[in-house]
Amino acid sequence: MRVELTVNGEPQVADDVWEGESLLYVLRERLGLPGAKNACEQGECGSCTVYLDGTVVCACLVAAGQAEGAEVVTVEGLADGDALDPVQRAFLDAGAVQCGFCTPGLVVAVHDLLARTPDPAEADVREALAGNLCRCTGYEHILAAVRLAAERGGEGRS
Amino acid sequence: MTTDIERVTGTALDRVEGRDKVTGLARYAYEYPADDIAYVVPVPAAIARGTITGIDPGDALAVPGVLTVLSFRNAPPLAGNDPELRIFSSDRVSYRGQMVAAVVADTLEAAAEAARLVHVGYDAEPHDVLLRPDHPEAYVPEKVNPSFPAVSEQGDVEAALGDAAVTVDTTYTTPAYHNNAMEPHATLAVWSGDRLTAYDSNQGSSTARDMLAAAFGLEPGQVRVVSPHVGGGFGSKGTPRPQIVLAALAARAVGRPAKVALTRQHMFAVTGYRTPSIQRVRLGADASGRMTALAHEVEEQTSTLKEFAEQTAVPSRMMYAAPNRLTTHRVVALDVATPSWMRAPGECPGMYALESAMDELAVACGLDPIELRVRNEPEEDPESGLPWSSRNVVACLREGAAWFGWAGRDPAPGVRRDGRWLVGTGVAASTYPARRRPSEATARATADGRFTVRIAAADIGTGSRTALTQIAADALGVPPERVDVRIGDSALPTASLAGGSMGTASWGSAVAMACVRLRERLDGAGGEVPEDGIEARYDTADDIKADAAYARHAFGAQFAEVRVDPGTGEIRVPRLLGVFAAGRIINAKTARSQFIGGMTMGLAMALLEESVPDAEFGGFLNHDLAQYHVPANADVANIDARWIEEDDPHLNPMGSKGIGEIGIVGTAAAIGNAVHHATGVRFRDLPIRPDRVLDRAPQIGGRNL
Repeated sequence: MRVELTVNGEPQVADDVWEGESLLYVLRERLGLPGAKNACEQGECGSCTVYLDGTVVCACLVAAGQAEGAEVVTVEGLADGDALDPVQRAFLDAGAVQCGFCTPGLVVAVHDLLARTPDPAEADVREALAGNLCRCTGYEHILAAVRLAAERGGEGRS
Repeated sequence: MTTDIERVTGTALDRVEGRDKVTGLARYAYEYPADDIAYVVPVPAAIARGTITGIDPGDALAVPGVLTVLSFRNAPPLAGNDPELRIFSSDRVSYRGQMVAAVVADTLEAAAEAARLVHVGYDAEPHDVLLRPDHPEAYVPEKVNPSFPAVSEQGDVEAALGDAAVTVDTTYTTPAYHNNAMEPHATLAVWSGDRLTAYDSNQGSSTARDMLAAAFGLEPGQVRVVSPHVGGGFGSKGTPRPQIVLAALAARAVGRPAKVALTRQHMFAVTGYRTPSIQRVRLGADASGRMTALAHEVEEQTSTLKEFAEQTAVPSRMMYAAPNRLTTHRVVALDVATPSWMRAPGECPGMYALESAMDELAVACGLDPIELRVRNEPEEDPESGLPWSSRNVVACLREGAAWFGWAGRDPAPGVRRDGRWLVGTGVAASTYPARRRPSEATARATADGRFTVRIAAADIGTGSRTALTQIAADALGVPPERVDVRIGDSALPTASLAGGSMGTASWGSAVAMACVRLRERLDGAGGEVPEDGIEARYDTADDIKADAAYARHAFGAQFAEVRVDPGTGEIRVPRLLGVFAAGRIINAKTARSQFIGGMTMGLAMALLEESVPDAEFGGFLNHDLAQYHVPANADVANIDARWIEEDDPHLNPMGSKGIGEIGIVGTAAAIGNAVHHATGVRFRDLPIRPDRVLDRAPQIGGRNL
């Protein structure tokens, strides 16, 4: 089947999509956007987190057909040219990145959290990131990055 | 060239590839482009032991898009000395999940669908996948990893235990654990004539190149392994895993680039795991707590394919003074995948047992557990007699006690209650060897004022690319912005792998010395960079051979506060503090994250993680991230890592010790000791699950407080 969707503001068409394919597969293997990662294929780790019509989802659990006509935003779509999104900047500054495989999903999840809740309480942060696993950092620096991005508000773009 | 700038080693330089990672632009193995890629899906063995009686690929080959089905029937034989990598080499099945066939197809869906349609017939034999005490097949291996004697003895430990005023005799068990790096093992293999390029997820591109060359009967120069970004390893990508061989086999079979990414489920079968262990520890001390005897006897598993004997009792050979000492290892070859490297092999499980027993000895002696450890400090390495290059475990314990608020701790167990919680604190020491291995590096100055350092090092998330940038900048006397470090490619000068906490020490030595050489050459050229640049190369092999004889180890102390709900069995860890003495810390930001990440894995070892063997069918029962509990952020509260200044001139040009593994060492013991302090009950089998707490609830003193 053919799937037409908008990804990071650009119209995209994927042909010969098998009905069982995931949105993640379409992004990574057909559209050349490997930013969202495939680490468990069962929605446990959050490495594939993207926006689907403004809601964060695990792209591995979304069938490609469900994304027909949808607006998808991936980690590749958050920076404005060379200017990093404040969340991306905070992840760098706080040292919240290690191997980087969980990072794209976490960046999108935090971006969504701060868009909805600009000044989140600790419990809000932990709840919002409950579905994102990181094996390297032990989360301390990731939580610090969220606090840093929240403190800076929208001023952290760089 | 400026020389009066501040040193950048020791500062918190931002991760140099961080921008690529937060924007999603960093490329991992499976993500490289190539024309006309074929997809590979392996078929796992459905039995734990036996012989393949037939492979019927007919239904699989009928799936549109399927190119071929590989198995021992048609795959060319592979060479090399690792039987886990000689896939499809015989009709024998040695463990459930072992690759017995693979489908290569135009699309991933076709390959996955066809993999389910490959009909494999088996003649199954009875299997044994359970490690248990005093297994009849247990034997003493010739060596334990990497090359230690399996048994060591000093004095007469039995007599000393018989004469001791205070003794402890306990047995601890640890389950199998899986590394579970976030990036599944993946390879894209591209042949060009008889030359092979593999984009691969590994901990050392030089090592992976040499293995691939050996497997396919090629010269190392015919193989290139490219791995600039690797999504974690924790040991599981140190020894190349079967997917790299499979991708290369498949690509050659179909004459196209081919790629494979293991599923998370299949990773549990074929990418290694930490062996379970059964550890008996006996300690004897005089009335003042000075140890007279230390015995640490370990039983663990290996496979029928090859021997992997974890060095679990080895830390008990150097950690404490005791004139009478015995350490032994026995292994059992079960019908399981070969255990492999996982963060701090040996030290991690071994120090769990030793440091738990030390806590039991402190209680038995009526001594503070920190004071007990101080009283048993060895002046020199007890078994080798070598001097310490530096040993600051006491400083870590003392400083940590002050930071943690240890003073005035009531040693009585099971008496502190806060609502539904019983509260306790615990401490444990940690250690990990500080070694380095030969590596080569080049440093090049170009006329634009920039410098390029090349070495086939790996950054699996550790921060090595950033640390090497800092090391090079200091050795060159230039700001780090003018240094480009190229790593993660076997075409670069040969380097040791990222393992054993040796990476930065090994690569940094080569990088620092190449940069020193380059400076000398530049000075010789009057400070002018010629039009076509100037380069220097350094190989540390001779330096390392000439390293003076010292016992080189990093040390640390771990402090934990736990809260135990005896009604539900829930255990929380509101505070965890690690204090480390690991030479000079090269990057304060990346180092802190490494320590905390290790401690988090240690917390999970104590409370959450466990790979449960499937006794009936082989393999592991819990083989995905829904059932194997990698800690989520809600599982950790306040984890802090600090370090003390250490000036050790006997290590390497940086004065650094590795930090990737010591963070996991001792954490589980500190937590277990704190659980005892909270409840008055010793839990000697990890993980300390809620059901295990509930099973012993009647013994928990605080239940009726």
